[in-house]
Amino acid sequence: MIELIAGKYNYWIYICLMMIGFYAIIAKGNLIKKIIGINIFQSAVFLFYISISKVRGGTAPILWENAVLYDNPLPHVLILTAIVVSVSTTALALALVIRIRKEFGAMEEDRIAKLRSDGP
Amino acid sequence: MTEHFPALLVILPLLAAVLIPFSPAAVKRSAWHISFASAAASLALAARLAWEAFALGKVSYWFGGWAPPWGIEYSIDPLGALLLLLTAFVTCAALSYSRAAAPAELAAERLPYFYSCMLLFTSGLTGIIITGDIFNLYVFIEIASLAGYALIAAGRRREALVASYNYLILGTIAATFILLGIGYLYMAAGTLNMADLRERLPQVYHTKTVLTGFAFLVVGLSIKTALFPLHIWLPDAYTHAPSPVSALLAATGTKVGIYAMIRVIFTVFKPEFNPSTVPMTVILAGLACAGIIYGALVALAQTNIKRLLAYSSVSQIGYIILGAAISNQTAMTGSLLHIINHALMKASLFMCAGIILMSTGAEKTGDLKGLGRRMPLTMAAFTAAACSLAGLPLTAGFISKWHLALGAVEAGLWLVVPVILAGSLLTAVYFWKIIEPAYFSPAGERRPVRPEAPAGMLAPAVLLAALGVALGLAAHFPALGAGRAAALLLGNP
Repeated sequence: MIELIAGKYNYWIYICLMMIGFYAIIAKGNLIKKIIGINIFQSAVFLFYISISKVRGGTAPILWENAVLYDNPLPHVLILTAIVVSVSTTALALALVIRIRKEFGAMEEDRIAKLRSDGP
Repeated sequence: MTEHFPALLVILPLLAAVLIPFSPAAVKRSAWHISFASAAASLALAARLAWEAFALGKVSYWFGGWAPPWGIEYSIDPLGALLLLLTAFVTCAALSYSRAAAPAELAAERLPYFYSCMLLFTSGLTGIIITGDIFNLYVFIEIASLAGYALIAAGRRREALVASYNYLILGTIAATFILLGIGYLYMAAGTLNMADLRERLPQVYHTKTVLTGFAFLVVGLSIKTALFPLHIWLPDAYTHAPSPVSALLAATGTKVGIYAMIRVIFTVFKPEFNPSTVPMTVILAGLACAGIIYGALVALAQTNIKRLLAYSSVSQIGYIILGAAISNQTAMTGSLLHIINHALMKASLFMCAGIILMSTGAEKTGDLKGLGRRMPLTMAAFTAAACSLAGLPLTAGFISKWHLALGAVEAGLWLVVPVILAGSLLTAVYFWKIIEPAYFSPAGERRPVRPEAPAGMLAPAVLLAALGVALGLAAHFPALGAGRAAALLLGNP
């Protein structure tokens, strides 16, 4: 049992973070808070990728004469790309919230639902 | 030069999309011409590549000359070739429709950015279709999705912003699930190349890691394809988007999502992969059947034309997933045929809805009284496309649904056959709600501002609908192509 929790702590951290983010997306009515939730949700997956790239006793994946074992650099590169995607998504989402706020004068989901002409 | 065509196909629209927003005002004024030239060039490239893929069976392109699995590979097989042609063709049609339609729905200073987003969207879709690398697939899904959110937000009403935001939230959850699924597969197999994954994964099929990765990928892609009950973003998005965007998204966006799902299930995994703990095909077939009936019933209750068409999409997507889930040769052929049929017809229907909205201001089914006489060409195209979606004989829809029903019988799934037939019947009933007032009611008070829409808008709508009838009459030709693609996919050439 201890082995399951302590030996795989990186997975537990990622699962907890992911669920915190997911909860914020579902339960929060404020549009900005939902975006924060999305960011936590994505960061959890990034951490998962980075943690699986670790090789026990490995050094950073750079050319160095003392290095015998390297960490796997591929997940690092993948996550750099995913971070760029995440930043663009956040930018687009925030831009949308600014325009929603201008048009509806509200940022809460339930208030916007009331102001809509065509119902939910 | 010709060997670089696969890369050019993605880079060309991408370059044009970046060029337009950063160019001086004089160039921006001809943004439509640049976009259309790029889309037409893409269509020519796609046609050439499709011909090559059908002749050789597979076209492979190595980025920077790095051999896979080390480098990124683009690979086009007959299935990819079909989708490439379809996407390039519908993009051309949607762009030529936009020339008259977009200025009516968008402010003039936003038009260049609008065209730029349309090109980004197709660039992303093309990438999804031709990439042979599963992480690359994720990146292209996000390129297409981000452009899609921006396009939906360009709608006339403020509700479009909310629709876009809700789609963004769900779409990002889906993309993160896909990313996570890819991570699990990489953990288990240590590679990202799809062909390499196919070879390495069978040794670890029994592990929970692969099972979890597969589940995350399928759920993520189900949201992107709007498979019932994960379709909730779709009706609002299609209803409030500008009509060229509704046509483009409905025709290509969800279809390419389904393509990505078929790729994951049949190319990355082998058809033998059927985990006993989670009967994936049974679940998918069940959801697809539920979606067919649910989408059709809700469409029946709609009064807004675009919303009716959106729910009809939910129902038709059910048909396509159903064929893929049955996964024998006949049903898969039917599924691929229905991808083509639904893409062409739904694009035509959304274009007609846009024309009607622009000429008469009518948004509700009740406003269409007597329109069949005032706008004969638009309503004729609408009726032909609706017949093809309902699966009337002599249309493309008949062949696809025939194959689907036959495939279900071959697989011994007798319970699925009535669902296919009932769905078709309901499709006819909800389209009757639009066709009946247009042709069989005395003219209402609403007079069109002008008798018919400009030719630039009408031509693509009529052409797409006519293609549906033509493909139904020359049924042999598309069935042959789809059959070949299905056989290669299922591994029984």
